[in-house]
Amino acid sequence: MKKFVIAVSAIALATTAAFADVIADRKAVMKENGRQVGVLVKMVQGEADFDAAAVMAALTKLNENVQAIDVAASFPPGSDKGDTTASPKIWEDMAGFQAEVDKFKAVTAEAAAAPAQSLEALKPQVAAIGQSCSSCHETYRIKKG
Amino acid sequence: MNLPGKLAIAAVIAAGIGGLAFWYLTEPARIDAEAEAALGTGDAARGERIFWAGGCTSCHARPKSEGEALLQLVGGVQLETAFGTFVAPNISQDVNDGIGAWSREEFANAMLKGVSPSGRHYYPAFPYTSYARMRPTDVADLYAFMKTLPAVAGRTPDHTLDFPYNIRRGIGLWKLLYVDDAPVIAVDEGSPEQLLLGRYLVEGPGHCGECHTPRNISGGTDKSRWLAGAVAAEGDGVIPNITSGEGGIGDWSEGDIASYLETGFTPDFDSVGGSMVEVQKNVARLTSDDRAAIAAYLKAVPPHPNGYPARPSTETPSD
Repeated sequence: MKKFVIAVSAIALATTAAFADVIADRKAVMKENGRQVGVLVKMVQGEADFDAAAVMAALTKLNENVQAIDVAASFPPGSDKGDTTASPKIWEDMAGFQAEVDKFKAVTAEAAAAPAQSLEALKPQVAAIGQSCSSCHETYRIKKG
Repeated sequence: MNLPGKLAIAAVIAAGIGGLAFWYLTEPARIDAEAEAALGTGDAARGERIFWAGGCTSCHARPKSEGEALLQLVGGVQLETAFGTFVAPNISQDVNDGIGAWSREEFANAMLKGVSPSGRHYYPAFPYTSYARMRPTDVADLYAFMKTLPAVAGRTPDHTLDFPYNIRRGIGLWKLLYVDDAPVIAVDEGSPEQLLLGRYLVEGPGHCGECHTPRNISGGTDKSRWLAGAVAAEGDGVIPNITSGEGGIGDWSEGDIASYLETGFTPDFDSVGGSMVEVQKNVARLTSDDRAAIAAYLKAVPPHPNGYPARPSTETPSD
């Protein structure tokens, strides 16, 4: 019995560890997205000067990251446990979550295909990206203590 | 008369007195003549600002509404809480299903006193605990603006609450403890107008404290931990600490707060999430002066550590 308990614990620990990697990777992608979006937001807010080359670089990188998101690989069942703010609703409504990710992919692809050449043109692009972020975070992310 | 008989009579009298006291204490109170006179006739243009500050659409429009649909206040949003499920009612201008037949005074009683036109207490899921701090003129302006919104037919189901919360009259006792039109945070005499405006928007129409302040066992907000963050009353997770205490937003500048409320991006370019998404969209419709005032107030409130328990560490094996 004791051995069984140890074995089960070991498996539990191993799965937690495996998900710890998945979770850490998810977070890294989000951080990186935030970094690229930050380049754009600073321009919109007037904290940085408009720079068409920097806009193109940020949108290209953002789009690459976003197109690489693989929901099945990054959000396996059980990976709502651990050091994550992913909401259990992701696994309750996988189709809805996938739809949000698809929407995000479409928004970043559109922006990256035609990077803004002026501050005026950048504003709606950033607004659309921000809308996509918050639309998904509204339902599928929770804050934890 | 024998002793049991006397005791029985005494018990009946005591129950009667208790019942009378309960009835007296729980009597729905209406706004006084002074407040009624202060309402004025209301101005729809000014009322639009109050409408967005108050976040009416977040609960009273259909979930995930955008554009014009935000103005169709048909109700139906369900708040699943520890007390049971509250259903936001139709507050559109429909005369049968909504509030189209209400007078200005009836509307003011709902907003400021939590009392319906028929004299019943509303449950404080409707945040009159905050709205009670609103100026009567703003309530009248809001009434005038809401008169310009569409009538939408449709009745929402009733709340489904557990005993004893299903006894509406009991809310009267709760109100004696928790409804107060006085400001929560005292500010020094001669404080800048901006701070006073921020306090008014946050503590009154904005009703920020309803989610961002932890509640005590009877469901009242714990003013000693005002805006310290709380376990979400609904769903999973927590509502963040928005004071400058540990875990809060002490490292956000006033500009960061105002910018977040306008764009939905945090200082490190994360996005707004959860139920704050709707709130942020509403606040984005206010003026930059209003957002700056909210920021000034939040930087001025007393700092508190997080009003929710720390997350148990998942890394440390427990024994």
